[in-house]
Amino acid sequence: MTNSQKNRIKDRIFEYFGIASTFFGLVILAIFIGNIVVDGISRIDWDFMTNLPSRKAERAGIFTAWSGSLWILSLTTLIAFPLGVSAGIYLEEYGKKTRLASLLEVNISNLAGVPSIIYGLLGLEIFVRVFQMGNSVLAGAFTLSLLILPIIIVSTRESIRAVPPSIRAASYGLGATKWQTIWHQVLPSSMGGILTGVILAISRAVGETAPLIVVGALAYVPFAPKSPMDEFTVMPIQIFNWVSRPQHGFTVNAAAAIIILLIITFVMNGIAVYLRNKWEKKISW
Amino acid sequence: MTKPTFILEAKSLDVFYGDMHALKNIDIQIERNKVTAFIGPSGCGKSTFLRVFNRMNDYIDSYRMTGEVLMENQNVYYKSVRVDELRKNIGMVFQKPNPFPKSIYENVIYGLKIQGIKDKKFLMERAVKALNQSALWEEVKDDLNKSALALSGGQQQRLCIARALAVEPSVLLMDEPTSALDPISTAKVEELIHELKEKYSIVIVTHNMQQASRVSDNTAFFYMGDLIEFGKTEEIFRNPKQERTQNYITGRFG
Repeated sequence: MTNSQKNRIKDRIFEYFGIASTFFGLVILAIFIGNIVVDGISRIDWDFMTNLPSRKAERAGIFTAWSGSLWILSLTTLIAFPLGVSAGIYLEEYGKKTRLASLLEVNISNLAGVPSIIYGLLGLEIFVRVFQMGNSVLAGAFTLSLLILPIIIVSTRESIRAVPPSIRAASYGLGATKWQTIWHQVLPSSMGGILTGVILAISRAVGETAPLIVVGALAYVPFAPKSPMDEFTVMPIQIFNWVSRPQHGFTVNAAAAIIILLIITFVMNGIAVYLRNKWEKKISW
Repeated sequence: MTKPTFILEAKSLDVFYGDMHALKNIDIQIERNKVTAFIGPSGCGKSTFLRVFNRMNDYIDSYRMTGEVLMENQNVYYKSVRVDELRKNIGMVFQKPNPFPKSIYENVIYGLKIQGIKDKKFLMERAVKALNQSALWEEVKDDLNKSALALSGGQQQRLCIARALAVEPSVLLMDEPTSALDPISTAKVEELIHELKEKYSIVIVTHNMQQASRVSDNTAFFYMGDLIEFGKTEEIFRNPKQERTQNYITGRFG
């Protein structure tokens, strides 16, 4: 066999391996979604969305769960978005590139990989106990904000870094201050990337369970939260609770709730992709 | 008080990047309403020197300078000098056209907008004037709201010139403004420089010897961080006093 024949065979082998790898993921996902849909789709109706939790599976609904998730999502966004984006701007535009700065940079990336249960314990100590927020939506939102801050900071920095230095130079050259340059040039050009990062981070937060259980989210909450200081539950906890019950009816409920949670996540990812495409089309250097 | 003949001056200026001595003991006086060209091989410090005047090097962490830099007898490195104010007086055009990813109109009025000017009529007047001065008006007058990125490279560079002129600075620094342009666009920009010197004092860095001799009144030749020779462009090109200048302009090295 000649060398070029060998090379072509290697080429082929890798191609098939690549196809197999791709399908592995897709097939598993399809089986999973298919199963869930078969189990749960018929259970989804208006009552399921608006009913409070109940001991009877057929009367139980996810109203408290999704409104809790919505509270958590909104508060987490309100806390994490300004903090994360500001920190990212500071580190990239104002902070001097010292050794301390690169140490900080490495550690922020590390933080993004810390298991979420650890953030839960941190949140329990700081927000629930020291700041005495109790088992409230607010404590949960602060905890999740900590969890996603590193992701937002890193993606903000990356988006800002992608703005060509020549644009900054042009702005400074016309007498703009640093903040004017950031506000009028850097941020508009990098907003697509920043928003994409924020939305992906938040959609991760929506699916988090462990840290919220630690800070005291409850599996059974009779009413939807009316203020940030109220007790709460969220979709993943509700699902976990139903799955662990023996009666078949609750398993069906869990499947239905999973469908709703997946829809929320997919919609958020969709928005992220849309924003990215929209801003990329507008700005091509 | 009459204005001094020299608009820009450097006195015993030394510039360092870390350990590198980029400019060595430079003394120069730049005449008002004239075009001054900085020539020299790559890495000789001419672009660095250009950026000394509007303090664009301040953002480089390893950058250090000693000596005096004056604009109209005022030291531009005094603590009391506000860099943003200084740059309203000293406009800059860069090597590669760098329009903002905004409309043509937004590009031209950016410098005025950040000064807090909101009067639409005034902004439009200035925009029209600046676009006329940069000989771009006829080409873009119907497309002011189009993206500046849709313009050709030559048009983009003239837009960048218009953007600098709209602020009405007294000095225009140009860092190899035509190196990314085709010959026709280059000719247009050179013609423009010729017209602009009536009102502005222009300093231009160029790699192109013919360009320096065509557009400038005075020429400074830099080599390895030293100012080798400075004088009337005619003199420099016809009969340079230094051998190195002679060698460079005749193309024997560089």
